[in-house]
Amino acid sequence: MATETTEAVGACVDAGGSALGMPQLCADWMPNQIFWLVVTLIAIYFVMSRIALPRIGAVLAERSGTITNDIAAAEELKNKASEAEAAYEKALVDARAEAAKIVAEAKAEIQAELDVELQKADAEIAAKTAESEAAIAEIRDGAVKSVTQVAKDTAKELVAAMGGAADAKTITAAVNARMKG
Amino acid sequence: MATEDKAEGGLVFHPLDQFIVKPLFGDGPVHWYTPTNVTLWMAIALLAIVGVFVLGSRGRAVIPTRLQSIGELIYGFIYKMVEDVTGKDGVKYFPYIMTLFLFILFANYLALIPMSYSPTSMIAVTAVLGFGVFICVTILGFVKNGAAFLGLFWMSDAPAILRPIIAVIEVISYFVRPVSHSIRLAGNIMAGHAVLKVFAGFAALTLVSPVAIFGIVAIYGLEVLVAGIQAYVFTILTCVYLKDALHPAH
Repeated sequence: MATETTEAVGACVDAGGSALGMPQLCADWMPNQIFWLVVTLIAIYFVMSRIALPRIGAVLAERSGTITNDIAAAEELKNKASEAEAAYEKALVDARAEAAKIVAEAKAEIQAELDVELQKADAEIAAKTAESEAAIAEIRDGAVKSVTQVAKDTAKELVAAMGGAADAKTITAAVNARMKG
Repeated sequence: MATEDKAEGGLVFHPLDQFIVKPLFGDGPVHWYTPTNVTLWMAIALLAIVGVFVLGSRGRAVIPTRLQSIGELIYGFIYKMVEDVTGKDGVKYFPYIMTLFLFILFANYLALIPMSYSPTSMIAVTAVLGFGVFICVTILGFVKNGAAFLGLFWMSDAPAILRPIIAVIEVISYFVRPVSHSIRLAGNIMAGHAVLKVFAGFAALTLVSPVAIFGIVAIYGLEVLVAGIQAYVFTILTCVYLKDALHPAH
């Protein structure tokens, strides 16, 4: 009975459906596995080499290309930015120089004006001083004259009060001599 | 007696039954063309690969979607591996290596779904992969370098007396490559899945079931690592063999 079943199912399986020995070594099944393995490998190979691998390779190449381009673009933008920065710096330096020049010019102008004004003021002051000196000299002369007159008059009065008679000429001479002395 | 029977009934160990090849339709014999569970899970792997790599990259977006990003990461990973190991002239074999890697990776990970089938645990499958790489690389080596490809076995910087001995060892190791290449992958995946099933069998015993379930979780975690690592190892060894074929001089 058992042998009949075994023969019906094959040489590798017993009556209960269990393996006799290692199924790996059952020669009856090997052609089947080999055939389907070859079919599967050929199918995988064609799918891989015709569709999947070129596609993935292209995607990877495209990605690395995109990354390279992006890096180049970033580099370019960076260069532009540094150029703009340099231009800005230059403009700043120019503006500073311009400002310094304007300041110097303004200073010189103011200095010139100031000098002119000072000279004018000096001249005015000198004129005023001379005028004042003249006035002072006049006043002093007037004062000396007045003092001389007062001294003469006082001397004359004193002489008269003392009872002496003195002529004007003598008294004047005497007062003049005293004033000099 | 009754409890013993019950316990025995609970402990069913058929850790290798998960690798049985069954026809998808009907119960007939498995011919070479019969659609089987192997076919089904290879087709699911193919659909998953198409889903990630074709539908995922459908948008061709410069800023990728999540799925496209996964595809690009795997692409970049394998591309860099091929370029680093084999050099610039190995890059034209990138689609072949990518095919191998994706098939193994997706088959390994899909096999971790409960009730699924793991094609990469079958020695017939991995032997086709391993011997396919071996034959292609050997033919490529002779086509590219002619007889100079035999310089791979002749260590010109070794002492003259040792050279023939080293050549014999090199030839043997060269022919062992496809065997180790394929058994490494099938053995890892098969052993992991069988151990999972053994733990699952123990889980039927109430007394040890917590340990068994913890064991399943731990082995599953390990298998998640193994699935990725074995795909990676298979691929990088393929790259190394390809490099030997392109530049046989030591």
